[in-house]
Amino acid sequence: MSPDRLRGTTDLPVLLPAAGALAARARTERRIGGPVLRLRAWHGAALALLTVGWTGAVWAQDAATVAERSSALRALWEWLPVLLGGFVFNVAISFMAMGIGTATGTLLGLLQISELRVLRGASWLVTQFFRNAPWLVLLFYCMFLLPFEFTVLGVTIPFPDWVKAVIGLALPVMANVSEIVRGAVQSIPSGQWEAAHSLAFTRRQILWQIILPQCVKRMLPPWMNLYAILTMATVLASVVGVGEVMTLTQRALAAESRPEFLVPFYGFVMLLFFAYCYPIARVTQKLELRYAVKH
Amino acid sequence: MQDIYEWFRTLNETTGINLTIVHDAYDRRRMIEGFLNTIYLSAICLLFSIIIGVVGAWLQGSRLTWTRRLVNGYIQLFRNTPPLVQMYFFFFALGALMPRVENEWGIMEPILSNWHWAVISLSFFAGAFNVEIFRSGIEAVPRATVEAAEALGYTRLKAYRHVVLPLALRVCLPALNNNLVNLVKTTTLAYAIAVPEMLYVANQIWSDSLNVPEMMTFLLFAYVLLVGALVRVMNGWERAMRLPGFGT
Repeated sequence: MSPDRLRGTTDLPVLLPAAGALAARARTERRIGGPVLRLRAWHGAALALLTVGWTGAVWAQDAATVAERSSALRALWEWLPVLLGGFVFNVAISFMAMGIGTATGTLLGLLQISELRVLRGASWLVTQFFRNAPWLVLLFYCMFLLPFEFTVLGVTIPFPDWVKAVIGLALPVMANVSEIVRGAVQSIPSGQWEAAHSLAFTRRQILWQIILPQCVKRMLPPWMNLYAILTMATVLASVVGVGEVMTLTQRALAAESRPEFLVPFYGFVMLLFFAYCYPIARVTQKLELRYAVKH
Repeated sequence: MQDIYEWFRTLNETTGINLTIVHDAYDRRRMIEGFLNTIYLSAICLLFSIIIGVVGAWLQGSRLTWTRRLVNGYIQLFRNTPPLVQMYFFFFALGALMPRVENEWGIMEPILSNWHWAVISLSFFAGAFNVEIFRSGIEAVPRATVEAAEALGYTRLKAYRHVVLPLALRVCLPALNNNLVNLVKTTTLAYAIAVPEMLYVANQIWSDSLNVPEMMTFLLFAYVLLVGALVRVMNGWERAMRLPGFGT
């Protein structure tokens, strides 16, 4: 029941629109399985200020004590190619995990609305299982349980760490995409199904020609939000030893062995992620507004 | 019980499925401790994050501009940075600044252990989301209701505790539950600063007994069951707390 309808029919002191907004947010979060990102431009500005400010402070301290030691900014500049390379690797991991997750997740989501009870139940179970498992545990699972190489028909296919990380991250993405697909299909008014049935469309035709094209619009904003969350989650791969930007930053810091570089370096990594996720978050918000379903 | 342990021992000998956490008394105790630690960590963080949320939401309604700005800054900072980075920052950056004290064996150690830092960082992480959730919940309570309470002689604090909060809580519950479930999943990150929770203990056990597949599978199912149970309880609570006519 929507708060608007309540307001029209009762004299009781009913709740204000914030209640409806919060309920809508809870529903979205449940569907995408995580918080909705709301990045603002000033977040990036604050991060940049912190990084640059701290770098300046370190530099001033250095100038006062030992002049010949390199400044934080120069160290950052020297390590820049390495860190950027690591970040590109993160992006590549997120692309691949998202691709695999979306393909399998869409299939799983369509199985969730299958007419066969067994398929529906099984796909629901798989979805809930991977949605409820922590990302880090799934990552560990794939890391330790997948073999480092496969031998198919005498051909040995190597299976390096990063491929396992991609699969480990693709699993929760798959479950969340499945839930997004199911939610979108079910959000289409049932009148459309009935109208299509009366026009003698088969079930497959209805799904592919009528329902799914409308779903794409509704799925796009949560899908993009999920992608942003996944990109931020790629740093988890550093815990299991994949050489991505976090691992490289830690190595760079270890090589420099200057504790005061900690904030500039980590701040820089956070800036990289912000620069990448901010446009995605903005476009997501724009699309959400444009595709908002009017009741 | 002894029969069950023996059965798992035979299972290991016959099939190679080595669940040391059942038939080995030492590993069993470790795993039970790890499991309890995960629950303990989740429960404490849950409690603190709710307290932070309630207090933060109250402070956000303050008349002082700077109090509101401070709370806003805290929310934005913790909402938009990865929790792993927050934990590293707390443990490595702030932890290094803390004074050290002598423990009972005469060894110098920091006053706040990794346990404390895990609780602090996770509570602040979940608390930032809770402040926003409670704020929206409080916003949903009409001004007229608060004025009515004030007319009945309630002070600001008492009106907040007895009138606004019970109503707001019901509005917040779905969003709050999402956040709490998220928090339980995030406790695995405490692994990164060596807090002996389930993931960390499992890692120790498979390093000792080389039974990675068994431990990983156990871990996965344990977490799914834990989170599943929490979701069930929360959904039940949501249903029980619903006010007819106030639902959305």
